[in-house]
Amino acid sequence: MKQVLYLFAIGLLLGIIFIKSEVASWFRIYEMFQFKSFHMYGIIGSAILIGIIITEYIKIVKAKDVNGNKIIIQPKQKGFTRYMLGGIIFGLGWALAGACPGPMFVLLSSGFVSILVLIFGALIGTFVYGLIKNKLPH
Amino acid sequence: MEFIYNTWPWYVAGPLIACVLFLLLFMGRKFGMSSNLRTLCAIGGAGKYSDFFKFDWRAYKWNLWVLFGVVIGGGIAFHFFTPIAPQLNPDVVLQLKAYGIVSANQSFLPLELYSLDRLLTVKGFLLMLISGFLVGFGARYAGGCTSGHAISGLSNLQMPSFIAVIGFFIGGLVMVHYIFPLIF
Repeated sequence: MKQVLYLFAIGLLLGIIFIKSEVASWFRIYEMFQFKSFHMYGIIGSAILIGIIITEYIKIVKAKDVNGNKIIIQPKQKGFTRYMLGGIIFGLGWALAGACPGPMFVLLSSGFVSILVLIFGALIGTFVYGLIKNKLPH
Repeated sequence: MEFIYNTWPWYVAGPLIACVLFLLLFMGRKFGMSSNLRTLCAIGGAGKYSDFFKFDWRAYKWNLWVLFGVVIGGGIAFHFFTPIAPQLNPDVVLQLKAYGIVSANQSFLPLELYSLDRLLTVKGFLLMLISGFLVGFGARYAGGCTSGHAISGLSNLQMPSFIAVIGFFIGGLVMVHYIFPLIF
């Protein structure tokens, strides 16, 4: 139960960051794809840079998690097609919606009803991928 | 208070996102938002139609708690801590005006896309549904989204995530530069 509360608290922090940094704003995504602001690049870039340090540190010191288990970061399977094609399809949607899956849910309680349709679309997209997965090149 | 109300600069937000990544790893979990969509499909009974959704979703329930936090945290920040809309590069404001999007610098989301009036038009409804579809489909096909690939994956210096992020940008640039002029 305690762990659930911690996870909820981490989500809470993430939700506040998404709004306060305006990552969840359609306008910021548009501005990013127009290369008209450093804001988004700074956020993603610094998150990755510090993320690399954290991840390397965890590997080097063989850090343990809160339950005393070794932290293992599962690498993604090797491949090209699925990452490139899936990435492009995702990018098209990201730019049009101005939101990726995290920010989509961040905006759920913003009062914009359209978000419900957006999330519904994302669920259908996920479902359809499950249906035709075996017919797609991976 | 000033700090809470103003836009958080990149050098605050970026490190905080890395902090979220660390906290989730420390909890023995991982940072990935779009897998929740798969979990939600599985809870909804999608396992009847595809093996892709036949898994023990209870093992992924933890991520729904993170998601729940995101929804509540977003609501609090949006309604209580955000008195001003994103202030954009003036070039962008002009560009958008040419597309008929005049709510820049005044609204958090473009009213020309997200308002209820627009949702009740066929075009407005389809734009929402299709963009959501592309995000959901693409995220599962690529095996992750901005959090799973761009943040977690690139932090782990893995090639698949690098390819996926290049894909994200190709898709995004094509949409904004070649498809937007056709839509708006």
